[in-house]
Amino acid sequence: MTDRIADIWGERTPHGSGQAWPERVDQVLAEGLTDGDVDRWVQSACVLCSNGCGCDIAVKDGKLVGIRGRAQDRVNRGRLGPKGLYGSWQGEEHPDRLTRPLIRVDGRLVETDWDTAMGRIVERSKELLASKGPLSHGFYTSGQLFLEEYYALGMLGKAGIGTPHMDGNTRLCTATAAAALKESFGADGQPGSYTDIDECSAIFLYGHNMAETQTVLWSRVLDRLDGPNPPRLVCIDPRDTEVARRADVHLPVHPGTNLALMNGLVRELFANGWIDEDYIAEHTANVDQLRSVVEPWTPEKVAETCGVQAADVRRAAEIFGTEDRVLSTVLQGFYQSAHATASACQVDNLHLLRGMLGRPGCGLLQMNGQPTAQNNRECGADGDLPGFRNWENPQHVQDLARLWNVDPGIIPDWAPPTHALQIFRYVEQGSIELLWISATNPAVSMPQLERIRHILDQDSLFLVVQDIYLTETAQYADVVLPCAAWGEKTGTFTNADRTVHLSEKAVDPPGEARSDLDVFLEYARWMGFTDKDGRPLLDWSGPEDGFEAWKECSRGRPCDYTGLSYNKLRGGSGIQWPCTEGLPDGTERLYTDGGFPTAPEYCESFGHDLLTGATTGETEYKATVQPGKAWLKALDYTPPHEEPDADYPLRYTTGRTAYHFHTRTKTGRSRRLNDAAPEPWIEMSVEDAARAGCQEGDIARVTSRRGSLEVPVRVGDIRPGTVFAPFHYGYWDTSDGDTSDGGPHRAANELTITEWDPVSKQPLFKNAAVRVEKLRSGDGPSKAPDTTASRRATGAQR
Amino acid sequence: MKLPVYIGLLDEAEATLASSFRVVADGHGDEPDVHFILQTFAKKCDAHREALKPVIDRYGEDIEGEEEHRLTANGVKEVRSGPLALMLDLQDLYVLVNHIDVTWMMVGQAAKGARDTELQGVVEQCEGDSELEIRWLQTRMKQAAPQALLVAE
Repeated sequence: MTDRIADIWGERTPHGSGQAWPERVDQVLAEGLTDGDVDRWVQSACVLCSNGCGCDIAVKDGKLVGIRGRAQDRVNRGRLGPKGLYGSWQGEEHPDRLTRPLIRVDGRLVETDWDTAMGRIVERSKELLASKGPLSHGFYTSGQLFLEEYYALGMLGKAGIGTPHMDGNTRLCTATAAAALKESFGADGQPGSYTDIDECSAIFLYGHNMAETQTVLWSRVLDRLDGPNPPRLVCIDPRDTEVARRADVHLPVHPGTNLALMNGLVRELFANGWIDEDYIAEHTANVDQLRSVVEPWTPEKVAETCGVQAADVRRAAEIFGTEDRVLSTVLQGFYQSAHATASACQVDNLHLLRGMLGRPGCGLLQMNGQPTAQNNRECGADGDLPGFRNWENPQHVQDLARLWNVDPGIIPDWAPPTHALQIFRYVEQGSIELLWISATNPAVSMPQLERIRHILDQDSLFLVVQDIYLTETAQYADVVLPCAAWGEKTGTFTNADRTVHLSEKAVDPPGEARSDLDVFLEYARWMGFTDKDGRPLLDWSGPEDGFEAWKECSRGRPCDYTGLSYNKLRGGSGIQWPCTEGLPDGTERLYTDGGFPTAPEYCESFGHDLLTGATTGETEYKATVQPGKAWLKALDYTPPHEEPDADYPLRYTTGRTAYHFHTRTKTGRSRRLNDAAPEPWIEMSVEDAARAGCQEGDIARVTSRRGSLEVPVRVGDIRPGTVFAPFHYGYWDTSDGDTSDGGPHRAANELTITEWDPVSKQPLFKNAAVRVEKLRSGDGPSKAPDTTASRRATGAQR
Repeated sequence: MKLPVYIGLLDEAEATLASSFRVVADGHGDEPDVHFILQTFAKKCDAHREALKPVIDRYGEDIEGEEEHRLTANGVKEVRSGPLALMLDLQDLYVLVNHIDVTWMMVGQAAKGARDTELQGVVEQCEGDSELEIRWLQTRMKQAAPQALLVAE
């Protein structure tokens, strides 16, 4: 295996159209160890991006000492990316690990025992439930826990307490994927499969820097590009990413203008007759409205609005319109930008108009950002009801109540579930007084951090944080609970193409740390949550009980897990849901027969207006739906709300690097990964840097209406007029180690705006206006990676 | 013929609604969804008035008895404060939008009677917008009500 810091994607194993992706097993062991030293290998899957690569964990003397890819797994065929190889077990072995619970005493966090910590939480929780009721409680979770943990949390929140204030940081990464799938097809569920990469004749990546966000998936694409009959590639991204460098057509649109481009691409399909009239008639509704909305968006108008070439718009549309097997993948460039849901729906529409769903190579992947985001959506620890049930459908709520044996009245179905930023707003206003944050770090990942710090610091708030390290967020907590990490607990999780993996416990967690599942079960016990017959609501003895309970919850729903079991998931490859008695091997692609889950009694959502997020409502939905047909939804483009002006002349966008995950809680503690990208930077084009008087490595101040950063400049190949900052960097490893105000800031989200997509409620991390000023000269080039999109300018951008 | 009276009423009501949307949008800047969506709605009111212009030009303005024909729906001049402020302000907008919605309906009936296809087209477009505004206000108030009525202080 090559050094995978320098060679991120590893050696090529090319394959042609329709051929299976060859195996290539990647492995890293702790220094000095060989295979013979390993006591045992424990089956798992990687949790450092949404790809879900099957892996085995090496154990020696009760410690994690290595990792290797599972050759038999359908997702990765043995491969692992740099984060999996160098940041999985290595990122968990740091002496900073939390090993005992902490409580706040006289303003400081001090160590205590579990009973004292849990006692404090339960005392405050009961007091608030008695005095204010369930709406005083909020839960904000992660995209990194296991299915069983989300389901336990969903049950205790929805049937134990009865609060609608539950969400996950999945709101920040994948809410638009779920929203767009619900709007178009009636329910969440990824139509495509990763194997579509092996079968397709063209790939479109919409705001998806796959080369850095899912490095192993990009290896699969590279193996097609370097094999016989390679697919044509179209990239929509303002940066000169690795994807852009390999693309046949690169559309470096201005941030905030995705919808104009998408409307233009759809218009070209209509204008050139590249549509499947029969499929549209048999399987879709609303085509006339779609046609009229996109009508004004000629390639010339798109070019003017998006800052691209009209000829490139035509070429991209022609590829989509004339290739016979097109794969689309969508990610944060669309999801975290203006008109997120409407833009993602237009990708669905492109596939519907050509009838390109449910066939090999005709994949649609509304991707996830985090490894277990899918399970949060499925299990109801976020704003959804478990099993893709519809909160507006009383029958679905009754079903859940029957399953849980509780009074249906306790399940909060009276209003839209509360999304993350609204939860924080209620905390800000003092009406949520207990906020329980599990395995995530809003003090770095939320927009407008000055405001978030103020909210977390509020006197009225009792803050519980459970994590593996003392994150920037945990520093504000009243109680900190030390949790087990990956490899230290057992559970299942599901990746972006519906592949379910079992991750087994390989070693014990350090000190007194417990699994997140144990914490939730313990809280439910202490609180005395019971069903209608007085039996414990959550009587599971461990994760496998949770999985079996979840299977019943999923029965008959689109995400049906009833054909799976821990035993079945052991030994081989991960398996794609739905997996039932009748579909024992799982399901590679959804919607193979052109039937969609839009029937009113079955669908997950009655839909929304894409401009405002107004709910359609049951009556209107039933009056207009054609059961089984997909919706072609459309919205006209209007400019984003914050655009460049004289004071803030540049567009600001945030994103990721290949070497870090989320807020670097683990990857920043891996020596190899940290050395590869040790500190933040901002990326500017050659001409914007020159205008600001900045050279490579100079320290600049970047200012928006909400704050400022002081970071080194990387002069790169980003499109002129746009500035990029990686969002990973917070404050735990800065010299003063905390987030105290006054010192220079460096977290990208100091500058982002508190605004969200009206349908998915996903924050707009990629739409802000900033100015950049040189502060001082640097003492060398910035430390931004030279191996990826952040590499120094080569003049590739027009 | 009294249709011009109602067209004048509509024009005035759209102007009142536009300024009310803007007052509530500005006053609730800490609720970004309210802030931005109400600005979008205000622009729709402006567009409705533009669309009405040629109709007003054709029918002329009938200001006879204007006072007695004016409805009692006043606009929002300033936002409230306190835990119920957002809900009450949205509820005021809800009344104004419903007033306009039913006025468009009546004008639409007259336009059909008069076989005035231009006016019918304007009515169709504007009725759709007010129906959307009603749905959005309901969605947002549904969300806000339990928290505001049960736990906010």
